[in-house]
Amino acid sequence: MASVALTNLDPASRAAARGWSDLTIRNLFIIPTLVFLIVFNIFPLIYSLGYSFTNFAANRSEPWQFVGLQNYRELLSDDHIWSNFVITAKYVIVSVAGQMIVGFGLALLLNRSFPMKGLITTLLLLPMMMSAAVVGLFWQLLYSPSWGPINYVFGLGDFAWLSNPDSALYAVAITDIWMWSPFVMLLSLAGLSAVPQHLYEAAAIDRAGWWYTFTRITLPLVSPILLIALIFRTMEAFKTFDIAYTMTTQPTAELIAIRLYKQAFQQWDTGKSCALAYIVLIMVLAITNLYVKYLNKVKER
Amino acid sequence: MTQIELRGIEKFFGAVQVIHNLNLAIADNEFIVLLGQSGCGKTTTLRAIAGLETIDKGDILIDGKAVQHLKAADRDIAMVFQSFSLYPHMTVFENVAFPLRATRMSSGEVDKSVREVARVLRITDLLDKRPSALSGGDMQRVAIGRALVRRPKAMLMDEPIGALDAKLREEMRAEIKRLHVKQGSTTIYVTHDQIEAMSLADRIVIMHEGFIQQVGSPDDVYSHPANLFVAQFVGSPVMNIAEASVADQAGAASVTVGDAPAGFVFPSQFLSKLNGHSNGGLTLGIRPEGVLVRHDAAPGYMPVEANIIEPLGSFDIVDLKVGSTMLRARTKAGYVSGPGEKVHVRIDPEQAHFFDTASGKSLGVRL
Repeated sequence: MASVALTNLDPASRAAARGWSDLTIRNLFIIPTLVFLIVFNIFPLIYSLGYSFTNFAANRSEPWQFVGLQNYRELLSDDHIWSNFVITAKYVIVSVAGQMIVGFGLALLLNRSFPMKGLITTLLLLPMMMSAAVVGLFWQLLYSPSWGPINYVFGLGDFAWLSNPDSALYAVAITDIWMWSPFVMLLSLAGLSAVPQHLYEAAAIDRAGWWYTFTRITLPLVSPILLIALIFRTMEAFKTFDIAYTMTTQPTAELIAIRLYKQAFQQWDTGKSCALAYIVLIMVLAITNLYVKYLNKVKER
Repeated sequence: MTQIELRGIEKFFGAVQVIHNLNLAIADNEFIVLLGQSGCGKTTTLRAIAGLETIDKGDILIDGKAVQHLKAADRDIAMVFQSFSLYPHMTVFENVAFPLRATRMSSGEVDKSVREVARVLRITDLLDKRPSALSGGDMQRVAIGRALVRRPKAMLMDEPIGALDAKLREEMRAEIKRLHVKQGSTTIYVTHDQIEAMSLADRIVIMHEGFIQQVGSPDDVYSHPANLFVAQFVGSPVMNIAEASVADQAGAASVTVGDAPAGFVFPSQFLSKLNGHSNGGLTLGIRPEGVLVRHDAAPGYMPVEANIIEPLGSFDIVDLKVGSTMLRARTKAGYVSGPGEKVHVRIDPEQAHFFDTASGKSLGVRL
């Protein structure tokens, strides 16, 4: 009787005839995913944590040794690594701020009815759907000092965007803004259209001007979803690799992910790379946590 | 001191005309109720006055000044919405303060005005709460507070209590009346509930399919309905409507309802007044309280059989079959004991209304 009460299965179904319950079927669906996750995500994660305390090198067959916190100590006192972090921070701030402004601005423009709105919205979403490596290669061509369309259109002569140490990082950030603003736009658009029209009517009756309505009604009501966009984009920008790697070799544009790649697969310093990866992970988690705390505070209202 | 005048307002939604040549003058401090079924154009009219809807033709004058081209913010009119439309992310205080802060009033004055309004509306202890923590009635008090706080030229209310439950509606109705008496501002109130309209209005404007049917005091529209629509829309239980004919019976008028075998006796002056309409095209309207019922026979009373009885507490509604026409009578509770009982019925000539069947217009024939 008890097993009958647990299941909502149709008694005439084949599953019931095999003696399965709801629980059995649920497990059949979940277990493959769980196994996959453990084998390909959780296990390597823990394994690499172990590596981060050793001097293991993946391309050598010599036995490795346990070195304790030495990798972490070396990394955290390495000025070169810190400059990579500063470069990454600059990149994250410029690129995420740009995406938020451009994305939210586009969403504000699109948040009304006009002819061909659906088509225009779809076209604006295209950059986001491309492969980052392809985007990087194309923008490298666009930035080309001698015949690139960007210098031609803006009349910048032969300005070398990507080989100029001062501009390389920002050139990559602009590309990232181009690629990912649509993502912010999409989320903002969802947030904006969720603001009830009657609140705007009430504000109009209450004699609120455009700016007052925007700052007191629109922004506070969209801010939770804007924060979610911010979290996603910050996390992604922090680990940017592909665009930057394909576009420039300037040391001033060497993001932490590129540094990590070089350390792991050019210098084959596997143990130390694992340690660096964990430092990056902890930083991203810390930043995300701050956002999430703030998001919950915003949502409480 | 605000008069509002609507002159020849027309409004189309696409090809559909929702307001037809609407003219209305509203006096200072007057409480006007726009009454009608949903889709009759009452809310559109209100939103046009507020500036939330454009009009295709006509003038909206506030204190003699045409405002139809002004934005809502520039008309100095407050509005209470059916959905309350409180700002969900602000406290009650901030909600009420919003219209003041939007015009950059100093914070000292804002504080003073908000607390004054909160006292009048008895929401002082709610000021720190958010709208989501309020009951429906309190939400509406806050919405009214937000409208009152800036002392607008006029108050517009769009079914403000339509979303509340019955008991709360009654309470808020009394509250709105109390506020209007106390604060005295020109008010336009939209509702589909005729009881609300009757109890609140100085004058009721009854609308149907974009046309004004009648404008008048609650007593006026109840006792002198201008047409069949008003007659049936105002008053509960609904007025009886029946095809009727008039004949001369020994010097008195005999009004026959439908195909009834005999007529009701009316004083002789109805004969001449209804003369032109006596052969078809005449409709009798009689409210249930004008259908008089007694147990024993009496001169002028017609024997009929009771059909269905609806007990409504303080009174009963009894369906009586006169010929093939059903007349609903209002009797004392329990006066007619059950279906099938034989009773005697008469129509009170003083409460009878006569309408032209084709146009539906009242003939204005009264005793």
